[in-house]
Order: sequence, then structure tokens, then C-alpha cells
Amino acid sequence: MQNVLAIWQREMKAYFVSPIAYVVLTLWLLLSGLFFYAILTNVIQSTMMQSQFGPGSQPVDVPGIVTRGFFGTMSVVLLFMIPMLTMGLFAEEKKRGTMELLLTTPVGHLHAMMGKFLASTTFLLIMLAGTWVTISALFKYGQPDWKPIVGAYLGLLLYGEGLLAAGLFISTLTENQIVSGVITFGVSLVLWLIDSFSSGASGAAKDVLSYLSVIGHLDDFIKGVIDTTHVIFYLSFAFVGLFLTYRSLESMRWRS
Amino acid sequence: MIEVEHLTKAYNGRKAVDDISFRVEKGEILGFLGPNGAGKTTTMRILTCYMPATDGTARVAGFDVFENSLEVRKRIGYLPENPPLYPEMTVQSYLHFVAKIKGTPSAQRKTQVEDAMDRCSITDVRDRIIGKLSKGYKQRVGLAQSLLNNPEVLILDEPTIGLDPKQIFEVRSLIKNLAGTHTVILSTHILPEVSMTCNRVVIINDGRLIAIDTPQGLANQQKGAERIALLIEGPREAVRQKLASIPGVMSVQAEAGSDAQPAGFTVECKLNTDLRRDIANAVVTQGWGLLELRGVSMSLEDVFINLVTKEEV
Repeated sequence: MQNVLAIWQREMKAYFVSPIAYVVLTLWLLLSGLFFYAILTNVIQSTMMQSQFGPGSQPVDVPGIVTRGFFGTMSVVLLFMIPMLTMGLFAEEKKRGTMELLLTTPVGHLHAMMGKFLASTTFLLIMLAGTWVTISALFKYGQPDWKPIVGAYLGLLLYGEGLLAAGLFISTLTENQIVSGVITFGVSLVLWLIDSFSSGASGAAKDVLSYLSVIGHLDDFIKGVIDTTHVIFYLSFAFVGLFLTYRSLESMRWRS
Repeated sequence: MIEVEHLTKAYNGRKAVDDISFRVEKGEILGFLGPNGAGKTTTMRILTCYMPATDGTARVAGFDVFENSLEVRKRIGYLPENPPLYPEMTVQSYLHFVAKIKGTPSAQRKTQVEDAMDRCSITDVRDRIIGKLSKGYKQRVGLAQSLLNNPEVLILDEPTIGLDPKQIFEVRSLIKNLAGTHTVILSTHILPEVSMTCNRVVIINDGRLIAIDTPQGLANQQKGAERIALLIEGPREAVRQKLASIPGVMSVQAEAGSDAQPAGFTVECKLNTDLRRDIANAVVTQGWGLLELRGVSMSLEDVFINLVTKEEV
């Protein structure tokens, strides 16, 4: 446990010593603010237009629509941010030869992997916490339903964990962090596109594609429904990623 | 302390290490000598559990490096060929990190780090960023890292590379001071380093062990004859003949030049004979001037070149 904490601590420091943390956080907060503003104006405009048709129209749940739109968009933004968090995790260790240090001290593969996974998860939590700045505005000026918000945060966290584990695995495959980042980015893009393919497909293909759609599983969370099927999907996604990472690290000893 | 038996490591069919066996006793300093690509680094990586062997066994402090890797890793300090440093960290925080992952109890960490910095004379750069340090400092930070947690066994891959002569001297005396309390394996291709610091030498070439002995023992073993160098003032040809006539002398070589100048001679005698007295007598009774007389011992360079080239023939 001490080893995992030591690795976690070093990795957190490394994030905040390098420009990566600041670039990612700035971009993330900026985009979350911009999208929030854009979605909010959009919703307000359409409600105003609707109300012009007469007083008989149904009341509109503005905070609900904003939350759904906002978290849906941010999940796509996250897809582009995650590769930046994971690209260097193992690639840099390999390049600097510090892998040799980690593997010849009592740390070993498993602790190194857990420490790094925890560090990137911590960073993800910081990012998610950052979006509270915009979401809190809803609570200040309205009475939004808290369930979809809690669901969305939980969903984004689980979804992020899955992507982080995949990125961690890709980072063990190369000692060039740019290559690692680009591949992770490509994989994320494919996972995103699967969602649009699934709506075009039919029959069994549609079922398979929509099950694999990483973003598709978020929908229920954002609606405030926590379904174990989706939780299990994300957890097993993360587990497979970590398992592959572990095997890849082990096989490094035999390959090098 | 370290037992290596029939160790073999193959990469894609090519044997980087081929059936190497040796033992290192507690408190001993063993030098690993060999040309580049001889398999020194590979052997060290196997001993430090970084990579498994294809065949054979290696035990450190009684623990097998493959079966009981964790126990071995707890007991070794390792300085790889390229010091494993995090360029964005300061020297001090890096050493604290390494002490932590080596399992040093937090109460001892501070003194351990101070001690290691002191021994490697890097205290003056403790707050500097590692990435900004010179090669010599980086190398010594790497060495300091290997000393943390006071390991029983130290495995140092070319510890003096990139250092200036004064630093080389300091690091060598540091390693010598470790003898007795620590068991050390160090690799190098600087030959005088081995004769200065090591109790025993292993010479490997092309993955195979070709000699293991004390530096002195190796020199004796490889020596075909005793050699004596002379500087004599006298008629060249007459001197040469006189020297050759002394019983026990196998050959005499004279330096070219005029008779007016003192000339150098190299005399080869049978092994385990000391003809210095006879030679001095012979020269002096002839009335020639004996300006210099010394026994020539074979240097480790000669031994090394001899062994490594002999292998190839």
C-alpha cells in the first residue's frame, strides 16, 4: 500500500510540474463554461419561442434539459482529454529507464499500475469537480432535480475510469508518449463513432454495436437512472484495461 | 552471497549470456570485465530480477531471483547503465521517493537520504532539478539511489562512467569502503579500476565466462615468462651477447640506437626465476654502467587483450 501511495504521490506531482495538467484543466474548464452558456441560451430561446404560442403550453424543465445537454457534451470532450492524462504514464518510464528502477525495487508491476491508475483517477475527479462551478449556477437560479446530476457525475466517473484503463494499457506498448497519446485518441474516436454506427445498423449488429458504445451507456446515468447493467459494463471495461496493462507489463520482462 | 549457476539468456536464438557460473562471497567486490556487448548488463539485469534467465539459476542471499523475486529485490541496490532518474524532480525529493519505494521506514528515511547524498558528495545540489544537472552529478545521484535502504548487495553497472578524474577517485574509494559490509558486483571497461577496487575479476566475452580470479592471479596465470627491463651504458652488441649467455635467460631484445647513448634491453627469463642479481653482477663486472633494472609485471590490459583475443582464434 505504501508503494502504491508513493507512486500515486510522485505521479500527482509530475502532473502538476509539467504543463499537461494546466493545459488540460484550462481547456476543460473553458469548454465546460462555453458549452454550458451555449446550451443554456439555446434552451432559453426555445422556451421563449414556445411560450409565444400561448399560455396553454406545458411548463418546460429548463434545468433538466440543460443538465442533459451539458453532461452529454462534456462526455465527448472527456473522450479527447483522457489520452493526455494517460499517454505518458508508462511510456515516459520506459523512455527514461525508470521502469528498471520500479521493477528492481519491491514495487513491482501491480503496485506501479495501481499507483498510476489512482493518480489519473484523482486527476479525473479534479476535472469533474471543476464542472461544479457551472452546475452550481443551476442551483442558485433554479430548482434542478439532483438525481440526474448525481447520476451524471457517477456515470462520467465510471466512463472515465474505463477510458483511463484503456489509455494506461496503450501507454505500456510504446516508449513514445506522442504515439501512445495518438493511439489512445484514435481508440477513443472509434469508441465514440460506434454510437453513430449502431443507430444506422439493424438486427444483431445493432445490439452488439449499441452495447459496445461507450457513450451510449451514459444516457441512463444522465437521466438520473443508475442501472447495474451500465455500471457493470464500465467496471468490466476498466477491469479489462487494467488486466491487459498488467499482462503487458509482465511481458515486458520477457521481451526486453 | 551471490550464486550463479549455468546462467543462460537467449534473445531470438542469440545467446547474450551463455552458461555462466560464479559465486561471490559476503563482503567481496567482484569486477565484471568484458568488451561492449559481452553480456555484462544482461547478467546484472537477471541478478536484479529485471528480466528472467532462459536457463540456469541465480540466487542472491539464498533467494532465487525468479522464485523469490521480492525477497531479492528487498536486498539489492542497483545502478543501471543509464541512471533511472525523474528529470522533473529535485535530487532530494527523488531520493526520498526511492527510499519510500524501497520500504525504508519513514523514521529512518531522512538520515538515509542525508547519508547517501553525503557519501556521493551531492549535498550541494540537493534542491536542484535533476534534469538540469551535469552528467557527473546525474551519475552520482543514481549511485546515491542504489545505496538507499542499506542493501546487502550492490549491483553497479559502470558506476564511474561520465565522471571526471577526481570524482572517479571518490567513487572508487566509496566502493572500496563498502567492502566487508556489502557485497558488490560492478562492471566496467576501465581496467585499472578493477585492479584498484576489486577482490576478484570475472572476464566475460561473447556471453561466456573466460576467466575468474584475483587481478594478481590473472596476471600471473597469463604470464608466459618473467620479464626484466634494463637500461645499460656500454657497447650494444657485447652487452646483448653477455646477457644472453647468463643461464636461465631465454631471449634478449635491444633497443636500436648508437653505442654512445645508454640503451634499453628487455630480458625474458624462465618463469619463477629471479635473475636480477645475476644480471646486475654480470653487467657491473664488465665495467658497464647499469642505470636501471626493474621487473616488468604483466598489466591487466595485457591479460585482458590476451584472453579476449585468444578466444576468437
